[in-house]
Amino acid sequence: MSQEVTRLVHKYLRHDKKFPHVWCPGCGNGIILGALIRAVDRLGFTKDEVVLVSGIGCSGRMPVYADFNTLHTTHGRALTFATGVKLVKPDLKVIVIMGDGDATAIGGNHFIHTARRNIDLTSIIINNYIYGMTGGQFSPTTPYGSMASTSPYGHIEPTFSIAQLAETAGASFLARGTVYHARLLDKLIESAILNCGFSVVEVISNCHVHFGRRNETSNPVTMIKSMKENAVTVEKAKKMTPESLKDKIVVGVLNDIQKPAYINEYQKICEKAKN
Amino acid sequence: MPSSAPNNNGRKLLLQGNEAIVEGALVAGCKFFAGYPITPASEISEVFSRRMPEIGGTFIQMEDEIASMGAIIGASLAGAKSMTATSGPGFSLMQENIGYASIAETPCVVVNVMRGGPSTGLPTSPAQGDVMQARWGTHGDHPIIVLTTSTVRDSFDITVKAFNLAEEFRVPVIILSDEGVAHTREVVTLPASRDIEVVDRTVPGMPPEMYVPFQDNGRGVPDMSTFGDGYRYHVTGLTHDVRGFPTMKSEEVNDFINRLFRKITHGFHKIQMVDTFMTEDAQVAVIAYGSVARAARRAVLDARSHGIKAGLLHLITLFPFPRTVVERVLKKCRWVLVPEMNMGQMVREVKRVNKYPTHVEKYSRVDGHIITPDEIYYQLMKA
Ligand SMILES: Cc1ncc(C[n+]2csc(CCOP(=O)(O)OP(=O)(O)O)c2C)c(N)n1
Ligand code: SF4
Repeated sequence: MSQEVTRLVHKYLRHDKKFPHVWCPGCGNGIILGALIRAVDRLGFTKDEVVLVSGIGCSGRMPVYADFNTLHTTHGRALTFATGVKLVKPDLKVIVIMGDGDATAIGGNHFIHTARRNIDLTSIIINNYIYGMTGGQFSPTTPYGSMASTSPYGHIEPTFSIAQLAETAGASFLARGTVYHARLLDKLIESAILNCGFSVVEVISNCHVHFGRRNETSNPVTMIKSMKENAVTVEKAKKMTPESLKDKIVVGVLNDIQKPAYINEYQKICEKAKN
Repeated sequence: MPSSAPNNNGRKLLLQGNEAIVEGALVAGCKFFAGYPITPASEISEVFSRRMPEIGGTFIQMEDEIASMGAIIGASLAGAKSMTATSGPGFSLMQENIGYASIAETPCVVVNVMRGGPSTGLPTSPAQGDVMQARWGTHGDHPIIVLTTSTVRDSFDITVKAFNLAEEFRVPVIILSDEGVAHTREVVTLPASRDIEVVDRTVPGMPPEMYVPFQDNGRGVPDMSTFGDGYRYHVTGLTHDVRGFPTMKSEEVNDFINRLFRKITHGFHKIQMVDTFMTEDAQVAVIAYGSVARAARRAVLDARSHGIKAGLLHLITLFPFPRTVVERVLKKCRWVLVPEMNMGQMVREVKRVNKYPTHVEKYSRVDGHIITPDEIYYQLMKA
């Protein structure tokens, strides 16, 4: 096991990038980077074939550590850059990392439309319920009543469900994992990369520094343990009432449908135009 | 460099300014266009949507101009020459990502067909109000190249040139057109493809392990590798070191920002484009750009026929500002007119470099109408 970790670290992390990384000790982002690397390794893609794109936020810092083609874009716009890369080089595996604010607030419009077009991209949305990088302001996924640096009296807005948003907009593969369920996360990311179309993996993560500290606990272990306690698999959730699912995190593949990816449709019109 | 675009063979065509831009882009090797509809630039999208599938290039209509700008940067990093086109409101939305293209040294071309502003302004009327925005619209110190079009024919040439400069210097190049040029239709003879110079970015020749993606070199323009070609590297909008990794070390930051500017200063002679008309013996001169330059040419002829020794300095490149040629005209003439379809933007640049007793006069028109030859002639009479 530890030999395996050493092998992956050597193979996929950038040796010329000076560690330590920017993340706080105990942050879930590292677990997600690990899962991503294991998924790519298991699928057998070369490092040259993978493009890792991100927006701005703590999550946005992920690509710099990984030895792929890496692109750290502007806040909320990662999917637009990724669209350009993918349409020019359809053979590349383009994976996009976003934070909850990045993907659903400032980047919400791009998220909706990339899903609707069903562009063949794998997006991993790290949902830590907060704006981590800027110091704990509320995001579109911050739960009602929670404390954030810009909701000192408790948050008054309803939240987005990232999964429902993506599904309605047209994503063809949809999954949810947590940083506690690392093994499951490997598999979800693997399936998402294999899907031909727009895939979304929402990963529940801990920002104990900004979200945890203001709400319940600043201990990352406690936060991650509560993910274990609150998680329900998709299969089990089907047998539960909406009421009993209220504070649960449903994990697993939420939706997986086949439909034409944008690139296939575009190729068809190219044929039409040439004839 | 042979171009893969349609062979024009000196075709005679009836074209609109906007259509000529598309023709120029295709000859220059543009393979990716992303845009969002807006008057008076929409025809550029429409023509691309028909032409791109024919040549196996990509046309995509994005959800907004922010997305369009992001997509063309991504496309460029993946190796395609790319372009977007818009007008004022969309140009404002593009600014953040234009800065990204600048710091990440990603070649791309952005067309802004200017209309009356501010805000929604006069959607169907010509204006030149975005000149300073083109230079300084995105935040932070950054190098940029701004070119202008004044006729249907030069819309073609300038677009080819814009791609060439973007590729050679790894910068976003802004083309400022205006509603007047964009929607004028005239018969033009396009040059044969073989007579057109097409420049491609320099890609690394060394083995990947020796590639230092933002290494300074004599030109200040590092070789640019393509995603997927084996030269894995990091691209970021954060200030970065020669390897592309974020840095806050003062000497690295200084070196980087200075190189961004130096590459433009070094290439100035290639970037600076002006057209002089009857300036040799001129005592009064017009300095103009865009569709106003066309009117000014006529006005100069009229003035000459009435015994006024007039001349025209037509600025094709607005930024980097063609200072030396402007200075030459200022030195020679006693009176210089800068007519613009704005409240006076380039005239400030002209005044800034005027070290002579020459009088610099501005002439503004902001009512959504083009400046006519007669108006300019009338001003010259006052000289
Ligand atoms: C246009 C723009 N607006 C605001 C910011 C400041 N900003 C940086 S990161 C961030 C939010 C990050 O939160 P999230 O996307 O949830 O990611 P996290 O840091 O939690 O991983 C904001 C608002 C910015 N960089 N760009
Ligand atoms: S601020 Fe929060 S999200 Fe950012 S690195 Fe620290 S724990 Fe992680």
